[in-house]
Amino acid sequence: MSKVIRVVTLTIDGQEVTGREDETILTVARQHDIDIPTLCFLEGLSGWGSCRICLVAVEGVPKLLPACMTYCSEGMKVQTENEQIKAYRKSILELLFSERNHICSVCVSNGACELQALAQKCGMDHVSLPYRFPSYDVDSSHNLFRNDHNRCVLCTRCIRVCDEIEGAHVWDLADRGINAHVISDLNAPWGDSETCTNCGKCVQVCPTGALVQKGTAVAEMHKRRAFLPYLNAMRGNHG
Amino acid sequence: MSRTIEIDPVTRIEGHARITIKLDDGGNVDDALFHVTQFRGFEKFCEGRPFPEMPSLTARTCGICPVSHLMASSKACDKIMAVDIPPVAKKLRRIMNFAQLTQSHALSFFHLSSPDMLLGWDCDPAKRNVFGVIVEFPDLAKMGIRMRQIGQSIIAILGNKRVHPAWMVPGGVNAPLTEEKRSQILPMAEEALELALKTFEWYKGQTGNFAEEIEHFANFPSMYMGLVTEDGELEHYDGFLRVIDHAGKILHDKVPTDNYKDIVGEAVEDFSYMKFPYYKPMGYPQGMYRVGPLARLNVCDKCGTPKADAALAEFRALQNNSGPVTSSFHYHYARLIEIIFALEKMLELLRDEDILSDHVRARARGNRSRGIGIAEAPRGTLIHDYEVDEHCQMTKANLIIATGHNNLAMNAGVKQVAQHWIKDGKIEEHMLNRVEAVIRCYDPCLSCATHAMGKMPLHIQLTDASGKVIDEMTRG
Repeated sequence: MSKVIRVVTLTIDGQEVTGREDETILTVARQHDIDIPTLCFLEGLSGWGSCRICLVAVEGVPKLLPACMTYCSEGMKVQTENEQIKAYRKSILELLFSERNHICSVCVSNGACELQALAQKCGMDHVSLPYRFPSYDVDSSHNLFRNDHNRCVLCTRCIRVCDEIEGAHVWDLADRGINAHVISDLNAPWGDSETCTNCGKCVQVCPTGALVQKGTAVAEMHKRRAFLPYLNAMRGNHG
Repeated sequence: MSRTIEIDPVTRIEGHARITIKLDDGGNVDDALFHVTQFRGFEKFCEGRPFPEMPSLTARTCGICPVSHLMASSKACDKIMAVDIPPVAKKLRRIMNFAQLTQSHALSFFHLSSPDMLLGWDCDPAKRNVFGVIVEFPDLAKMGIRMRQIGQSIIAILGNKRVHPAWMVPGGVNAPLTEEKRSQILPMAEEALELALKTFEWYKGQTGNFAEEIEHFANFPSMYMGLVTEDGELEHYDGFLRVIDHAGKILHDKVPTDNYKDIVGEAVEDFSYMKFPYYKPMGYPQGMYRVGPLARLNVCDKCGTPKADAALAEFRALQNNSGPVTSSFHYHYARLIEIIFALEKMLELLRDEDILSDHVRARARGNRSRGIGIAEAPRGTLIHDYEVDEHCQMTKANLIIATGHNNLAMNAGVKQVAQHWIKDGKIEEHMLNRVEAVIRCYDPCLSCATHAMGKMPLHIQLTDASGKVIDEMTRG
């Protein structure tokens, strides 16, 4: 016997809304045109909850919760923005910018970057933390694409799209904490990958200038993501 | 007792520098050095980056002449790709470069140097700036500001940004010129040409006031280097390198830009972060040559446009048509002629029937491991020399910046001016200002910004041989 999914009523920013109990706060909010900023989340891929940009306040819960990973429940009262949330989002962005080398002015994704857009949206106009300036390599070994670790925010969209949509599972995370980084195959240069199908889905879902098409000059990398909802619909994924 | 005078910082130039003047026991100038005190490190942080990023990355070297870097860098990248870019793309790159030449020369002439010439060398430093010129000579100031504005606006129309447009890319430009944009640019270029001709007419009448400066502002024999076309005409984008000696004799001609190392060597000195390029066959430091507007007009046979050629004839008459014009004070004169040339050429290109073509970019990946791009920046010959690995990532970048070529000549110029004006250890405002002004003749671009508008900070110390301060003067 299939499980019964209940419809619940909850309040988001004072607005009474309804959603299914297997839907996240983010999904229900977007269904009702309530904006919650996101970075690692991408419609059509599984949730991951690593970036914490979508943190929201839920009444009765002492800590902020990620809207992309928190399911709705009856009577839930959600606040998507307050001074604390704004400060947290700015801090998260500052941490991301200081962690690697995000030099927007000379990046191929300048003007079409989700991290940059979020910084503008959230009012992050300064980075108060010292930059780490790590020495990351650029992997240009692939025939068509490039992986610039300097611009990576570890959102894992590339890992998920390759695994869940393309089915190749080229990408993974290696190491932990501050040393975590994306690898192809068993840490082989991307150009030597035996599993990569050259489909480019990872490039298109990457929110920054980390995974890009070769041959693009500064500000020329515009990602095209129309394939994702289309493929999901055709395959009957996600309902 | 020997003493040292320091001018720190040198003002109304682009970048950071100081001057040291060493006096002998009699209080007369023994030596003078021009120190570039800033360190940028661009060549190092290009390493490891994909080569298509280079035009925009290296353009960040400067906020005044980013277009020059975009151009030299794009050309170096074209070579790495091993492509011959579409002819219209070359024309469009040239148009943007002419717009930059106009705005940069206008900036140098009006904003940075005209205060000295118009307000006088003894004028209160607090007033001797572009705002002082606006008060005393409003019509002239307006012309200068308008010319610079037009140059900047044309860059913005073409590249969607006044500073650091990303329009020039490896393989060409990333968007064609539209009819709408062309019709915006044409009247502006026509207006700027009129203003340039007016300024030139006015300035010709002024040179008589600066006889002493013309005589002593880096007025010495040297070699000159610049690009010329195959026919020996004035050239800023393509062409060949030509070197002439102090008498105008051609030492090297039709040198393909890829062979620049045959004639240019680089030396370093411990007192400056700027390298000292020299003419290789003569060795260092004898191989002193000058680049920039003065040098370009000295090396070319003609400009190739009617109004600029008429002005060139008058320029040559400054030296009685007897060879290269030697005084660096005449860089100002040469700058005005180049503005006229740039606008005449720009109008010619804009009226070209193919200029609206959509075919403006060649596409290829890196096919060669080295690319050299050379172009004439407002201040002189600019060289970008890149090497890439098998994945087209930069392994080496060598940038020889236009101002660098003039380093030996600037040092010699500072010494000449100091020796002429500083006698018996006396320091007066007008003397030091002349020492700075000789540097401004070259319009050195030492970094990314024009600053020190308004009151000039200046700190001069006189010390004896033991380093004890015996006199001090501070302003700003």
